[in-house]
Amino acid sequence: MRIWPIYKKELRLYFTSPVAYIVLTIFLFLTGIFFSAIFSGFTRASMQVAMNPQMGRDLNVTDSVLRPLLGNMSIILLFLLPLVTMRLFAEERRSGTIELLLTYPVRDGAVLIGKYVAALTLYGAMLAGTLAFPAMLAYFTRVEWAPFATGYLGLLLMGAMFLAVGLFISSLTENQIVAAIVTMGILLALWIVSWMADFVPSPYGAVLTHLSIIEHNDTFAKGVLDTKDVIYYLDFTALALFLTLRSLEARRWNG
Amino acid sequence: MIEVQNLTKRYGPVTAISDVSFTVAPGEIVGFLGPNGAGKSTTMRILACFMPATGGSARVAGYDVFRESMEVRRRIGYLPESVPLYGDMRVAPYLDFVAEVKGVPRSARKKRVADVMDRCLIADMQGRLIRNLSKGYRQRVGLAQAIVSDPAVLILDEPTIGLDPQQITEIRALIKSLAGEHTVILSTHILPEVSMLCSGVVIINRGAIVAQGPIDRLVEEFFPTARVEVEIAGPAAAALEGLRAIAGVVGVAESGAAGDEVRRFVVESARGRDVRGEIFQLAAQQKWTLLELRRVGMTLEEVFMRIVAGEESQAEASQAAEAAPGAAVTEAAR
Repeated sequence: MRIWPIYKKELRLYFTSPVAYIVLTIFLFLTGIFFSAIFSGFTRASMQVAMNPQMGRDLNVTDSVLRPLLGNMSIILLFLLPLVTMRLFAEERRSGTIELLLTYPVRDGAVLIGKYVAALTLYGAMLAGTLAFPAMLAYFTRVEWAPFATGYLGLLLMGAMFLAVGLFISSLTENQIVAAIVTMGILLALWIVSWMADFVPSPYGAVLTHLSIIEHNDTFAKGVLDTKDVIYYLDFTALALFLTLRSLEARRWNG
Repeated sequence: MIEVQNLTKRYGPVTAISDVSFTVAPGEIVGFLGPNGAGKSTTMRILACFMPATGGSARVAGYDVFRESMEVRRRIGYLPESVPLYGDMRVAPYLDFVAEVKGVPRSARKKRVADVMDRCLIADMQGRLIRNLSKGYRQRVGLAQAIVSDPAVLILDEPTIGLDPQQITEIRALIKSLAGEHTVILSTHILPEVSMLCSGVVIINRGAIVAQGPIDRLVEEFFPTARVEVEIAGPAAAALEGLRAIAGVVGVAESGAAGDEVRRFVVESARGRDVRGEIFQLAAQQKWTLLELRRVGMTLEEVFMRIVAGEESQAEASQAAEAAPGAAVTEAAR
């Protein structure tokens, strides 16, 4: 399996075009705004609690800062990660480079993994940038590290799933914009699908709830590591990657 | 080195190629010739393992393109017609990437990439972004990526299309220099290119092979006679008769008049029989003025035109034949 050269090439392409820099900058800028707002709110609440102690029984960094911060980051990722994956296959198809790539002695699977891991690497860099926030928090207050660790693991798993879905959609079209918008649409639909759960007959309602990203997203930030949620993300990722592989194969047959 | 047997490819209801068979011997440069849309690119894409055929089989370097695709891919260099390259990469890193993907070992890679850039005359451009290169340089980078792993077989789809005359000459020289160590199949619809570069030719039209073999043999096969063009100032009828009377002449056709007294003729004789001397003697005897006398070389172009045109008239004839019974019925009804 020659994954390594594909991986290097994709990473190089991310950083020779402006995409990686723009996505990184926008992501850190937006999460920075959220962090300042949430942290300022927390500071003010702490001050009020100092004057009126019985109000502050539930006030803690995990619930008041970490959970809303990670929640907001998930929403931003929902819109930004499709921009990371939109190029991966759509651009190869549009420019015709896929014809060369798929005639080199590499398996389709190696191409897929190389591209996917390159996207994951960029995502990892985005997440690493946000580690400045807990570092700042730790400077001012006592932080519980376990929920932070599980919260970031949750983000990582969720992002891995977003990227896999994006990669699959990118393999279906020649148009990067279409790939990005369709991916956003699918992720958003998965996000809110549980809102319908109350209005459909009983077994389907439960299915919709389990399908929804929301239902699996918040537990990590509470410091809970539930296999059900881990498996949800891993399953979705594996399914999307498998479909991508199939889509590459189908494209070959159809020319 | 390349063996293609009864290869067929259908896109839905459209048949791109049907029952295509040909072989290419090791070290040979073979031209794959045909009008646009004849199925050249489809065949090459199948040979390059980009897509599978609907039927038939193809072996490249001894391996089946479908079942042993990885083995084939290790031994080929492919240049698609559109020369797809990564515009956002620079030339040298791009070639390094291709070399690595194609399994050139790390120790040899740097030298190999440098050699290939020298050979394709792109060493000056190695730091440029590919998207900023001119068409001619892109083409050379495309060729460089095909040969960077030193493959046994090269599959080049219209390697000189869209280049200026000087670039065409350079690319041709490059391809020619690859003969011997590499087996090359190149598609084109420029006929002189084939005569210049290739030892053999495969002509495809409407998805089927219509002729193949060494160029000389094809020319002989399709033009069994030698032709001489004559321009004479003299009486037309007498000249025609006189030319026909020469021994070995199998046909004379008047090909036009240039002024009142000047006539042009094409004289066909058996191949290997040179009638120019006799024509001169005849003109001298009759006191006609011989203005021009030259041998007409049969070119691949004419072979090609004859084959393709022949195919077309055949197709029309078969259509007419299909329509004919109906016509006969209406005739009878009357």
